[in-house]
Amino acid sequence: MNVLVCVKRVPQTGGSVVLTDDGQDIDTRYAAFTVSPHEECAVEEAVRLVEAGGGTSTVLTLGPDMAVEQLRDAMAAGIERAILLETDGREWDPVATAAAIVSALAAERAAGIEYDLLLFGNEAADTGDYQVPVRVATALDLPCVTGVKALRIEGDIAEARVEAGDGWDVFEVPLPAVVSVREGINLPRYPSVPGRLRAKKREIIRYPADPGPAGPTGPAKVRLHLPREQQRSVEILGRGPEAAPAVVALLLRLGVLS
Amino acid sequence: MILVVVEQSDGTVDRASLTALAFGRHLAGMLGAQVSAVAFGPSAEAALAALGPAGVVRGWAIQTPSLDGYAPAAWARGTGQLSTSVGARIILGPGTQRGNEVMAHVAAQLGLPMAANCLEVRSADPFVVMRQRWGGSVLEEARLDASVRCLTVAENAPVAELAPVAPSGEPSAAGGEPSAAGAEPSPAGAEPVLVGRFVPALSHGDLRSRVMRTVPRASAGIPLAGARVVVGGGRGVGSAAAFGPLEELAALLGGAVGVSRVVTSAGWRPHTEQVGQTGTRIAPEVYLACGISGAIQHIVGCAGARTIIAINTDPEAPILSRASYAVIGDLHAVVPAVSAEIRRVRGGG
Ligand SMILES: Cc1cc2nc3c(=O)[nH]c(=O)nc-3n(C[C@H](O)[C@H](O)[C@H](O)COP(=O)(O)OP(=O)(O)OC[C@H]3O[C@@H](n4cnc5c(N)ncnc54)[C@H](O)[C@@H]3O)c2cc1C
Ligand SMILES: Nc1ncnc2c1ncn2[C@@H]1O[C@H](COP(=O)(O)O)[C@@H](O)[C@H]1O
Repeated sequence: MNVLVCVKRVPQTGGSVVLTDDGQDIDTRYAAFTVSPHEECAVEEAVRLVEAGGGTSTVLTLGPDMAVEQLRDAMAAGIERAILLETDGREWDPVATAAAIVSALAAERAAGIEYDLLLFGNEAADTGDYQVPVRVATALDLPCVTGVKALRIEGDIAEARVEAGDGWDVFEVPLPAVVSVREGINLPRYPSVPGRLRAKKREIIRYPADPGPAGPTGPAKVRLHLPREQQRSVEILGRGPEAAPAVVALLLRLGVLS
Repeated sequence: MILVVVEQSDGTVDRASLTALAFGRHLAGMLGAQVSAVAFGPSAEAALAALGPAGVVRGWAIQTPSLDGYAPAAWARGTGQLSTSVGARIILGPGTQRGNEVMAHVAAQLGLPMAANCLEVRSADPFVVMRQRWGGSVLEEARLDASVRCLTVAENAPVAELAPVAPSGEPSAAGGEPSAAGAEPSPAGAEPVLVGRFVPALSHGDLRSRVMRTVPRASAGIPLAGARVVVGGGRGVGSAAAFGPLEELAALLGGAVGVSRVVTSAGWRPHTEQVGQTGTRIAPEVYLACGISGAIQHIVGCAGARTIIAINTDPEAPILSRASYAVIGDLHAVVPAVSAEIRRVRGGG
């Protein structure tokens, strides 16, 4: 079976976030880049499905040329093919992003590749729009399940489980289908050194990034803000194990110890 | 009119949907509009009938047998058809997994944009929302230009802080209905809800993806999300085996163990214990963060904690600027010492 997995390049922020002066972006001058943990799991899931069932795995991203780094990371983890829909680095909204993915799928079909399964992250790490997979599914008239934490393919059916309360919602959808996954569905492997070397040499397939026909689109970013934070000063209870009585006195005061 | 999609089980509307309703009511005041609600399933009518105090004027139950279970595209189809037939200008859903999924389908089916996890509407014309990015650690002010606005309301939107707005009586370009101007909402919100049924026209395709059955999920110990005390462990713990003392402390405090992503990625602990943007959100009385640096993606998961106590060797660790209290030191020495002191205080030796 042929599996496509979509990932998005995002900055790896640490203990704090700094915005650019115009408030349009996160200051990424000193940042490393990565993809969402959900998407790392989608990549792992694609690799496992193809290992188990044959076919081919492909990773796709819409982003700047530098996003080739994230495509190679996915190939180092075992994905075979990579597609870049290159942008000038400006943010695309989820409507345009979904349209570009749909258009790339048409180009793939023209090149003779049809997908049985389109895998996504549940939400992008940065924008958290919660909609690209649903929009792709709607445009292609495919069944869609989001937030999946367990996936099994049996013949032409995907059994997908989503956490709901203290149980699982079990979906069974016919393939081809769109599935978005959440971290925890699997434990991604650590890319091997030979895997990384192999990934470096692989070709990157490029299709034009096509935002689709003009129409209602958005949300349109006005600017970013950082949430107001309560100013608090930390009280140091002590150093090392000698601080234990102070910790316990505090727990008693906070009423969590009786 | 503002149409709110509510989730309910056994006739009780859940918390995130009540948050969406409070948000909708505030917006209705801003725009001089009415709040209506739509719910699905066999107990939808009962759930809607109880929403008078939430400011709901009109309720629609969609309870065709094929929709008894959750079916995202079909719920969306019903919501979209209803919104068109009643002329809703704003459709709101809760910022839950299902709420975001259904609203994404509504927007995709109707060819509209959608803004997820909104905290407030900053202006009605142009329609500008404040929404969460990065799990809430960054906010985005965004415009939503469309004939019908689709959005979800963040589960932790500060709706209690929204000042009640008196109906302006002025029809607004963004969402008010000229015919309803000045007529509502009833300030007390205690009017009975007029509940009706709506029967959507569904296609086969709308029902391909639906819950076929639900099965119990194996769970061990105290659920993390509701725990009163969470003992958190990060990279500083060092190995799977070294979690023993943290488990022991959690047990002494009647709490649960929570971990950072470094810990789950290393396979030391299961992902069900991960706190953060892509894990679980916790809101305990006390969060003891041991060997956790305090990356923003972790912090958004524990921001609901009343008190954070950090145990860290590094006095410069970012977690210290989020914590109320801290112990500077090696967790491998501090954690067992705290457990021993608890036993001593309890007189158990
Ligand atoms: C999109 C995205 C989503 C993410 N989602 C999550 C998420 O849901 N949850 C999450 O946790 N992370 C998440 N992360 C990862 C996050 O950015 C951090 O990498 C991670 O939280 C760091 O974990 P840590 O604090 O355990 O490790 P580190 O950052 O390495 O910190 C270890 C800390 O332990 C201290 N320490 C070391 N030894 C000791 C000792 N013996 N005693 C006491 N202290 C010691 C060190 O001083 C340091 O402060 C996400 C990242 C991205 C990009
Ligand atoms: N620029 C992009 N390139 C490739 N895939 C994307 C992009 N943006 C979003 N996606 C995919 O869609 C999922 C949901 O994104 P969103 O709807 O933006 O929250 C992500 O986890 C990715 O799998």
